[in-house]
Amino acid sequence: MMRVLPCGSSALLVELGDLDEVLGYYAALRADPPAGVVDIVPAGRTVMVTVDHTDLAALERILLSTTPLVDRRIGGDLVEIPVVYDGEDLADVAELLSCSIEEVVQRHTAEEWTVAFCGFAPGFGYLTGESSWDIPRRSSPRTKVPAGSVALAGEFSGVYPRESPGGWQLLGRTDVNVFDLDQDPAALLSPGRRIRFVDATSSAAPNGRRG
Amino acid sequence: MTARFEVLATGPLTTIQDSGRPGQAALGIGRSGACDRTSYQLANRLVGNHPDAAALEVTFGGLSVLAEADLVYAVAGAPCSNVALNAPALLRKGEVLQLGPPRTGLRTYVAFRGGLDVDPVLGSRSTDLLSGLGPAPVAVGDVLALGKDHGPMPGVDLAPVADPPGGEVVVQVLPGPRRDWFTDAGWQSLTGQSYTVSSNSNRVGVRFEGQPLERARDGELVSEGMELGALQIPPSGLPVLFLADHPVTGGYPVIGYVAAPDLDLCGQLRPGQSLRFRERTR
Repeated sequence: MMRVLPCGSSALLVELGDLDEVLGYYAALRADPPAGVVDIVPAGRTVMVTVDHTDLAALERILLSTTPLVDRRIGGDLVEIPVVYDGEDLADVAELLSCSIEEVVQRHTAEEWTVAFCGFAPGFGYLTGESSWDIPRRSSPRTKVPAGSVALAGEFSGVYPRESPGGWQLLGRTDVNVFDLDQDPAALLSPGRRIRFVDATSSAAPNGRRG
Repeated sequence: MTARFEVLATGPLTTIQDSGRPGQAALGIGRSGACDRTSYQLANRLVGNHPDAAALEVTFGGLSVLAEADLVYAVAGAPCSNVALNAPALLRKGEVLQLGPPRTGLRTYVAFRGGLDVDPVLGSRSTDLLSGLGPAPVAVGDVLALGKDHGPMPGVDLAPVADPPGGEVVVQVLPGPRRDWFTDAGWQSLTGQSYTVSSNSNRVGVRFEGQPLERARDGELVSEGMELGALQIPPSGLPVLFLADHPVTGGYPVIGYVAAPDLDLCGQLRPGQSLRFRERTR
């Protein structure tokens, strides 16, 4: 059930049932944004809407009358991200899923992923797949995860935009720069974008760990 | 010749700030910008700058700059010794502008006519200390050039503005999205006690020392959007008040929000100062 919660003098928080509803609601707001909107921030179960005025009663009426779109994707082509699957946690993930490393790669590349929301760092997208992933974080986070690392945690997959600490399970790496200040928009993985990971392991350096 | 100046000293922290990067939070990019926007805007107005011109945000004084040409500037915000506040002034070539420690408040804004000419990053010249976007903090030896983006001088000698308060500060707070994660006693504790501003505060947030708040429920919150002025309550029970460089999402419950008119006041809170949150009623 949708609830609208207070968020200070110029924002409201819409609480929704699940991530699918968040994606659909975000897509609906993007398609028909309220007057004076500054930011629309989707997250795991909520969408925050910030406006440049303080007529929150008017904003609340609009938010309550907005219904999530069924097609939750924002326009644009499917983005393909080539991945060299040689991540340090690949074997652990295979064990967690009780399957082979090849099967992990096959499942990760077979999914159509959608960027649900961003956070953690500029350009870090939380990607959700069509099947349900449930991967625990590493028991001890790494202090340095290299930029371009492709990883899994919980129901999400992600690509680290720059070197940072992180507790996600590393599957591999990509050369795609997902946060590039010279591009417009700088963030490749904006909410609603569709993503497919492509196995580039065989074409990579022969010292890849898999094979 | 381009007007410019050399930085001789920075004090504890001097950054370049403008009105920030609004509208990009969905990409994980926070707004950032001046912590006390009213003072930043006043300094710019006094030298006829564009409202979004880049200026210096000086934390607890200590800035010293050497003019390499005649410069027009204005200082607003925390009142530092040695400098005229809230008035346009001229710094002649070869002269040094030196900011002493502020009598009250924490952040002083120095706007130069024409604005600081540094490259914008994603539409803004603000340093965001959390995300690392924007120019690096100002360092000794930096030479900063001024732009030409200005209108006529405003014809004002002095703007009558009160200094940031030096004693106990009272700010109005509105219940936030997770008010119901706390007991009524928890809310009354928030609005009833006197907190002390912790020295562990920065542009991301103000931390407080005081009595921990009682929660009504345990468990984890799924991360959700956060705005300027959020009062997030981590497991310690002590509030963190989000300032300009706050994260765009967070996973601790937000019990309340500081009401908009008092946000700039919060950007001037200095460690050791006492503060009360009063529930806004209307």
